[in-house]
Amino acid sequence: MHELGIVFYIIRDVKKAAEENSVSHINAVVMDIGEVSTIVPDYLLDCWRWAADREEMLKGCELKINTIPAVTFCEDCRKEYPTVEHGKICPHCGSGNTYLLRGNEVEIKQIEV
Amino acid sequence: MDTVKVIEIKKSVFEDNDRDADRLRAELKGKGVYLLNLMSSPGSGKTTTLIKTINLLKEKLRIAVMEADIDSDVDAVKIKEATGIDTIQLHTGGMCHLDAEMTRQGLDNIGLEGLDLVILENVGNLVCPAEFDTGASRNAMILSVPEGDDKPLKYPLMFSVCDVVVINKMDAAALFDFDLAKCRANIAMRNPKAEVIPISAKTGEGVELFAEWLLNEVNNWKNK
Repeated sequence: MHELGIVFYIIRDVKKAAEENSVSHINAVVMDIGEVSTIVPDYLLDCWRWAADREEMLKGCELKINTIPAVTFCEDCRKEYPTVEHGKICPHCGSGNTYLLRGNEVEIKQIEV
Repeated sequence: MDTVKVIEIKKSVFEDNDRDADRLRAELKGKGVYLLNLMSSPGSGKTTTLIKTINLLKEKLRIAVMEADIDSDVDAVKIKEATGIDTIQLHTGGMCHLDAEMTRQGLDNIGLEGLDLVILENVGNLVCPAEFDTGASRNAMILSVPEGDDKPLKYPLMFSVCDVVVINKMDAAALFDFDLAKCRANIAMRNPKAEVIPISAKTGEGVELFAEWLLNEVNNWKNK
């Protein structure tokens, strides 16, 4: 439900990057999206198409999404495990003393011009 | 053949906002103005809770309220009429959340001179407002009993960014089979540091505890 808002931020950032590099049209934007970032890639792509085509610089510009798998670290047994499968409870030792290592990225990686 | 040129950006979409928010927070600290970002679902009783809380605090603190909604000014008018304090309505223009820049514009509009506490009533939504730091001193959320004691499991980010969770409509707990102990445990799983304050804005029960929490917070913000 918040994907359109995120798209407006992306558009603002990539337009700025294009202007800084004296580029008049962007062909593709590559994003790193973490598995537990709360972004739904399909919605993001739908919102992107709608909003990007309203910008001269981004007409037809493709949004490419790299999904970053979520990994959690357990502070008690010092092991890592996949977050989506096990959540906050460590599958190795049962501890809840864990934190997310990666997987909440919403990052613009690069633009192709 | 077309050659593709790649420009590296490597930048979080939230980076600019996070920086703006930190700057705003530091300015507020410098001026001794406490900003509370209040979040919840639509219909959780935010406005009623605010009115009761403000009426308990308005003799002790100089308070203003910013109401953020997608449209209309019904809440701002309601709060102004019921408390007599200054309120302004912010329209997000269809956006599902407020960011630090919109918050700053609202604060500029109010004018911080002489104020102790500004309460920002964020857009009713448990997803997007949690992702955008508004620059507030603290985040609070209201969870209402009809929403269920399992909400913390469904909206983990919201509960993990909140310093205090107010549980409203406790007078209806039996009607909705709401289990307060289970709800506390679910919140603690997401955020062991979050303070939990059960209230009923309708009957007024527990509202004084929230008011007390807020008064302490404002005093600490000014003095430390």
